[in-house]
Amino acid sequence: MNFPDNLKYSKEHEWVMMVEDAVALIGITEFAQSELGDVVYVELPEVGEKITKDDPFGSVESVKAVSDLFAPVSGTVIEVNDSLPDSPELVNEDSYGDGWMIKVQMSDKEELKDLLTPDEYAEYVERQQEEDDEEDEKDGE
Amino acid sequence: MKAQTTESTRTLMRTPLYPVHRRLGAKIVEFAGWRMPVQYDGVIQEHLAVRRSAGLFDVSHMGEIEIKGPNALALCQRLTANDVSRMKVSEAQYNLLLNDTGGIIDDLMIYRLQEDRFLLCVNAANTAKDANWIMDHAEGNADIRDVSDSYVLLALQGPAAQRVLQRSTALRLDELKPFHFSFGDISTVRCLVSRTGYTGEDGFELYCNPDQGEELWKLLMETGRDLGLRPVGLGARDTLRLERAFPLYGHELDEHITPLEARLEWVVKFSKGDFLGREPLLQQKKDGVKRKLVGLEPIESGIARSGYPIFKEGRSLGAVTSGTLSPTLRKPIAMGYVSSEEAVLDNVLEIEVRGRRVKAKIAPLPFYRRSSERSAELGRSERRK
Repeated sequence: MNFPDNLKYSKEHEWVMMVEDAVALIGITEFAQSELGDVVYVELPEVGEKITKDDPFGSVESVKAVSDLFAPVSGTVIEVNDSLPDSPELVNEDSYGDGWMIKVQMSDKEELKDLLTPDEYAEYVERQQEEDDEEDEKDGE
Repeated sequence: MKAQTTESTRTLMRTPLYPVHRRLGAKIVEFAGWRMPVQYDGVIQEHLAVRRSAGLFDVSHMGEIEIKGPNALALCQRLTANDVSRMKVSEAQYNLLLNDTGGIIDDLMIYRLQEDRFLLCVNAANTAKDANWIMDHAEGNADIRDVSDSYVLLALQGPAAQRVLQRSTALRLDELKPFHFSFGDISTVRCLVSRTGYTGEDGFELYCNPDQGEELWKLLMETGRDLGLRPVGLGARDTLRLERAFPLYGHELDEHITPLEARLEWVVKFSKGDFLGREPLLQQKKDGVKRKLVGLEPIESGIARSGYPIFKEGRSLGAVTSGTLSPTLRKPIAMGYVSSEEAVLDNVLEIEVRGRRVKAKIAPLPFYRRSSERSAELGRSERRK
């Protein structure tokens, strides 16, 4: 599992990349896409819409299920990934690159401090997987 | 990102093949009280493998109920919609367990093992309910047992299924017709081999002793690998059945839905004599149904999912029961109930997809039918209308 060093992470499995001062690129993590399976539809806000930290800003659908996308930071959407409507599989193939979702002009840079570092996020994911395994150990026995 | 479904934490059951699924790296989910593989490498790839070559499914969570004794046939006739007396030994039949209002308690496959001995394969979530219902309605001399623990059930499905299976058995599979079964050895594993399935492809369902389940799985995977056989999880099982418009209990079917509403009138044999639910169904047939199960294809972008409400010009018409992106057709497909007067092909409706109204039209079912079935079933589908 890959956790690029130059990103910040949310507990809802979004990543944030600072591309300019107060401009953030947002997507979902490799762990998130692998949990989802084949992504077949991505619903994103429109340019100009405001998003609020911890509120849903869109959704991502696999063949089986729908998951909400939660904003890791607040701000105004200044660009959306136009490739995703036709090629939602980019989210699976390149979750940290071509599968990016929105670019946001942040309204409060302080919010970055609430996000996880790569190490913290890696540990968070590991803990979640351990919980799954533990459940696996205890049930059915 | 947060999934919109929650999993319960109660103790879950596992099939004897659970360790195999773990070793294969399957993603495991809860389904009907079981921990089951939902996917191995990806739902779309697995789905397409079944359409193009072959897939192997562990569906041992399904329940099995045996009914035997001098009164077994009469009991089956009384509790189900289809005509069990038409079956010969070694035949299988799709059937419905009905309540006294004509609602569907479960849909099932019934096998006539002997003249007075039947095996019912039922939905995992309904096994206990079905067994109790049957026992509560038993009259005379019939022995009813929940024998679910006695079987591992594997489904081998796809155009290459026969070639894969024939490599390991002396059974003449080319002579085993759809909805027929035979007992035979698959290599060293004794099986009930049934030419049935839930994918819309040719294929087999193999019932064997739980102790030999892993052996059967492994030998099939090894002999079938070069023909493109791959393990397939419940995710693709659902998309495959939905393309073929097979109903799923708890979605298209429940105790308040009748076969006439669910496009299953062909199962109901009014001519066989009395059975539970017959009178209300005859009445409903005379009065006409208020709602009907239809196929839905969104015209605007969006995937309809189970529970999404359906509207027409602001009026509520019903709800979606199943929906997905069809891996074969590469477009969203869905089924749902709408009021009968609006259940007209090409009628344009609106589905509320998470706060947004998306235009959809009523589409013919099934969405997918394999080519051999298309020609063979032309006459039958005409009669079903």
